[in-house]
Amino acid sequence: MSATPTPSAEVLLSARGLTKRFGGLAAVNGVNLDLVRDHIHAVIGPNGAGKSTLTNLLSGDILPTAGTVTLGGVDTTRYSPEAKSQRGLGRSYQKTNIFGGFTVWDNVRLAAQSRRRYAPWNPAQWFTRADAQAATNASCERAIELAGLTARTHTVAATISHGEQRQLEIAMTLATEPQVLLLDEPLAGMGQAEAERMVELLLKLKKGHAMCLVEHDMDAVFALADRLTVMVNGQVIASGTPAEVRADTAVQAAYLGEEH
Amino acid sequence: MSASSKAPLERLPRAINIGLLVGGLALAAFPLVPMEGRDFYLQMLTQMMILAIFAMSLDLLQGVTGLVSLGHAAYFGLAGYALAFITPADTPIALWWSLPLAALGAALAALVIGFFVVRTHGIYFIMVTMAFAQMVYFLFFDNKALGGSDGIYVNFKPHAFIGSWEGIDLDNKATFFYLTLLVLVGVYLFLRRLLFSPFGRALAGIRANEHRMRAVGYGTYGYKLTAFTLAGGLAGVAGYLWAAQTGYVNPELMGFHMSAHAIMMVILGGMGNFAGAIVGAFAFEYTLHLFKDITKHWQLLMGSFIVLVVVFAPRGLLGLLVRQKEDAK
Repeated sequence: MSATPTPSAEVLLSARGLTKRFGGLAAVNGVNLDLVRDHIHAVIGPNGAGKSTLTNLLSGDILPTAGTVTLGGVDTTRYSPEAKSQRGLGRSYQKTNIFGGFTVWDNVRLAAQSRRRYAPWNPAQWFTRADAQAATNASCERAIELAGLTARTHTVAATISHGEQRQLEIAMTLATEPQVLLLDEPLAGMGQAEAERMVELLLKLKKGHAMCLVEHDMDAVFALADRLTVMVNGQVIASGTPAEVRADTAVQAAYLGEEH
Repeated sequence: MSASSKAPLERLPRAINIGLLVGGLALAAFPLVPMEGRDFYLQMLTQMMILAIFAMSLDLLQGVTGLVSLGHAAYFGLAGYALAFITPADTPIALWWSLPLAALGAALAALVIGFFVVRTHGIYFIMVTMAFAQMVYFLFFDNKALGGSDGIYVNFKPHAFIGSWEGIDLDNKATFFYLTLLVLVGVYLFLRRLLFSPFGRALAGIRANEHRMRAVGYGTYGYKLTAFTLAGGLAGVAGYLWAAQTGYVNPELMGFHMSAHAIMMVILGGMGNFAGAIVGAFAFEYTLHLFKDITKHWQLLMGSFIVLVVVFAPRGLLGLLVRQKEDAK
């Protein structure tokens, strides 16, 4: 693919020929994708283009019909979501997916705790106090602060605003200290001010992470993305820098023509 | 994504903790009160405490992890049978090794059955736990070598000798009462500790949102299987005590009714904090005795009572107390 970044860049996640068929429908068809450290790679496309299916394939929530997903040089195609998470992949969800009855702190602390690799059957884990684990607490606090939720730390997650719940999604993902960030419409349903704050946060997170951003908000996408992949009907119709994609006739047809 | 009131009560307000302490002290003082028919009440209270231990073990699955097992009595009954089988015809055996052995046996059965059932979710989990428990039930019910439908006697109550010191006499009803109270308090403190441990928090996370737990990197299968095994082992502790107290085991101990009663106890008292399971076990058994005195159609009354509790106190009897406090705020 011509979209391959400069050779010195570090590819953290790489998908090749990724395909998912549901019966006769190829929801995702032969997609290639490289996520590079310190870069934001946006995936855009009209509704039903297969963006969410692609995200679920990359995260291990569903298994592909064909193709491979490599994470940090290891073939993780058939890994479970938890195994991928432990290998450094963090994802957030399009539909807010949090522990509603828990406080913000408990949500994020639980995510951070997953990095302590205690086996559940280890009795040492039955007798220590969860809230007295210094490393977990520190990482939890960091993630909450980074996501800008410090003021909400002890509020029950179900009662904070929609925008804040989106921030919480990010905080939980960050607490697992991922290398690769897979963000499924982080701006969905956000107001102007909230969206601007989120864009700022995503820019901050660019450093040190390889980020895949599935997003509808075109202003945000062009403000953030280093590379763009455009999907229509499960297939990649264009991939490149934002300027290249903007000039692409197939993309213009998809967005301005009969697909929209 | 509903409001916080749907989350179970985990941290208990001081009033409830004081209430539990007072209740525990009252229980401890009970054998000292001279009264007529004391042995009868001692036995009844001992049975309530044993059922409270059983209900707490189920609450670890039902209230904490969100796994409603309709076959939890299997592990209760298996440990009881274990005591009956390992007690020889001519001499009592020691509590110190036979109790852990019976509990381990029950835990092992839970591990094997859990290996299969913990893969399932929701209604399927309920069905499969029930199916396995029914298999165990009929294994004993239809098998003369295992006592058949009549069950078998426990030849001797276990003894609690320590070296040459004859220790405590478990044939004494008050002594057995205190032993059970001790185990009840021990299991409660252990489970409360566990609830706020990293393991307990992970189980609560699985109840709230298992999908998200996997996405942040938890192998939830291992957590659920561990909880299932642990709950089976603790149910075994209760079953052992039951068999030791009554001196008799039969298949009904692992039957469907026993499992269903435990679920109702946990719902009645309030799920997810173990204190509710204790309150629920006592309340359930007490109401049962009450209704049985009134009419032979006591099941009708019991059913209505449970329905009323579910409608008017969805978080159980303990939840009732707390709701008033929250409303006052």
